[in-house]
Amino acid sequence: MIQIEKVNKWYGSYHALVDVTESVAKGEVVVVCGPSGSGKSTLIRTLNRLEPIQSGRIVIDGVDAHGPRVKLNAFRSHIGFVFQQFNLFPHITVLENCTLAPTRLRGLKPSEARDEALALLDRVGLAAKARAYPGELSGGQQQRVAIARALAMRPPLMLFDEPTSALDPEMVGEVLLVMRDLARDGMTMVCVTHEMGFARDVADRVLFMDEGKVLERAAPGEFFARPEHPRLQQFLSDIRTPFPQAA
Amino acid sequence: MIELIDTYWLYFLVGQYPHGPLGGLALTLILAVLGLLFAFPLGLVFGIARVSPWRSVRWPVSTLIQVVRGTPLLMVVFWAYFFLPSLTGQNTNQFWTMLTALVVFDAAYLAEIIRAGIQGIGKGQTESARSLGFSYLDAMRLVILPQVVRNMLPSLVNQFVATIKETSLGYIIGLTEVSFIATQTNTQVLTKPAEVYLLLGLTYFILCFGLSRFAFWLERHLQQRTMAKAHA
Amino acid sequence: MTPLFDLDLLLTGTYHDWLVAGLITSLSLTGISLALALPLAIIIALIRLSPVKVLQWSGFAFVEAIRNVPLLAHMLFWYFGAPELLPTALREWLYARNIEATSAIIALTLYTAAYMSEDVRSGIRSIPGQQFEAARALGFSFVASMRLVVLPQALRVTIPPLISQTLNLWKDTSIATVIGVAELMYQAAKVESATFRSFEALAVASACYLGMSLLITGAAGWYQGRFPVRTA
Repeated sequence: MIQIEKVNKWYGSYHALVDVTESVAKGEVVVVCGPSGSGKSTLIRTLNRLEPIQSGRIVIDGVDAHGPRVKLNAFRSHIGFVFQQFNLFPHITVLENCTLAPTRLRGLKPSEARDEALALLDRVGLAAKARAYPGELSGGQQQRVAIARALAMRPPLMLFDEPTSALDPEMVGEVLLVMRDLARDGMTMVCVTHEMGFARDVADRVLFMDEGKVLERAAPGEFFARPEHPRLQQFLSDIRTPFPQAA
Repeated sequence: MIELIDTYWLYFLVGQYPHGPLGGLALTLILAVLGLLFAFPLGLVFGIARVSPWRSVRWPVSTLIQVVRGTPLLMVVFWAYFFLPSLTGQNTNQFWTMLTALVVFDAAYLAEIIRAGIQGIGKGQTESARSLGFSYLDAMRLVILPQVVRNMLPSLVNQFVATIKETSLGYIIGLTEVSFIATQTNTQVLTKPAEVYLLLGLTYFILCFGLSRFAFWLERHLQQRTMAKAHA
Repeated sequence: MTPLFDLDLLLTGTYHDWLVAGLITSLSLTGISLALALPLAIIIALIRLSPVKVLQWSGFAFVEAIRNVPLLAHMLFWYFGAPELLPTALREWLYARNIEATSAIIALTLYTAAYMSEDVRSGIRSIPGQQFEAARALGFSFVASMRLVVLPQALRVTIPPLISQTLNLWKDTSIATVIGVAELMYQAAKVESATFRSFEALAVASACYLGMSLLITGAAGWYQGRFPVRTA
């Protein structure tokens, strides 16, 4: 479903992505982890071309994402993207957030869009909040709405850019639960996240990135049990014992 | 256009001076400087009164400010023009008329800038000054106002730009500031109105644009200094 | 003996009609200029925010060139200067019509649009970039993202400063007096010189300006209460 071939990206003189080559199969759930500044968010943002790349190729569902002839808006509307900061539209209700794109871009009738959106909100457990404004919801609720909003375009692929990093700890679980359900239903997903429990239980494959390179890729069992690269070993031990002197 | 500048530049800059009263761009600038200079202390008093904890101080000043801000400057000029003489008992010339109008008008606007500045400093500063034992007025004078005035320097420069533009209204009461001189020039030349008024616009532009860029620079400079201090 | 303060003279009769005609002209100037300035302001704001450097610069140049010259000089230019640049036939055609009001409206529109475009621009910039990004990620085009997501939010933020620009526009119409547009200020001066009742004439005109200003200020307050700015 996704082929990434020798992708390079620079911010000025900073080499953010170095010769990244990767692929994701249909129905696969891939978790990308790594220390901050490793390029994992940059990578996921290049997939729907929120960031340009300087060389290489990204092909999604047969479409060259950074090619000159891609119809960017139609292309993006087939990829669900969930942001760290939710980015719900604060001036319209939860329901309207979920119907805006389907009515304008998929050409649904308002009533159809409404029914679909309500079903999706029900699925993320928030049908009761349909008439609320985003500002009235908790962070976890906003992020679940953001997932529903992305799903409303019926994308075959969902990208998650640190979806739980901006949440208070007690709200992380509800969002991960929704993502887990989505994975069970066979959605193709790429998730940048620090949630190692989620990676272990849900991912088909885990990638480790550092300094713009993918240093290791493995099924979760392998990945956590027998990390090969020293940087990954360090990273995993840092996560397990965040306060080494206290441990 | 070169010919026009060549013949009239001195007239444009100082009016008939030294063979007659000072006018032109020099008069515009003097009027603006004096206007702001006199308006500032008045605006400071009004601004403090606007946030005064005493209602009997707050209300009349607030009303006065609202009235002035709801009235065109030209109206204020007319009031000054018709009623200053009966107030002072002697004939007031155009210069003092315009200056009075400018001071009243600008003070009302400066007061609002100062009020916003005081409120922007926040309760915390007043509270900490008060809990140290300062009186309300001392807290204002020693803690709040120094911060306000420093923060409002860019606004002050912008207000100066506004004042320069406002002096053009002196034209209406026959004050020989630069717009009036331009019109005089136009009636003498007769054939080049577009050039004359473009030149007038250009004069104002160079002056005001330069000053507003300076205000912009000042604002960024002050911000950077504050940030540098916060990091130190 | 004539009474000291005779308002009746202005509440009915010829002088009353003069003032009412002036008020209507002032209101029309405001309405027409506002209707023209608003769309122009939005276009200029979008030009200044566009990714194309040349456009950004031309937008900046336009706004600064207009804002740094007094409205009075704009009016003088459009009334005395600009018609000379037109072909004779067009000029004759214009002079046969209401050249005064036309020049005033052009000047007021450009002046107001320059200020309003800055309010619109900062309104748009106050909307976090992620909102635009989120809309683009859903597949909306640049224009659709602006229209459906960014502008509706920016408008909430922008309307109050736009209303206060409208207040300025209302007061600024008084400057059209200098080019002989028979608006409220002009008519008040006319009544004054016909009756020598300076106080009454100015009082009535002031009351009109102030009353309308209060209405506009009230509208801003109402809007902010009715449509609060929502943030997530």
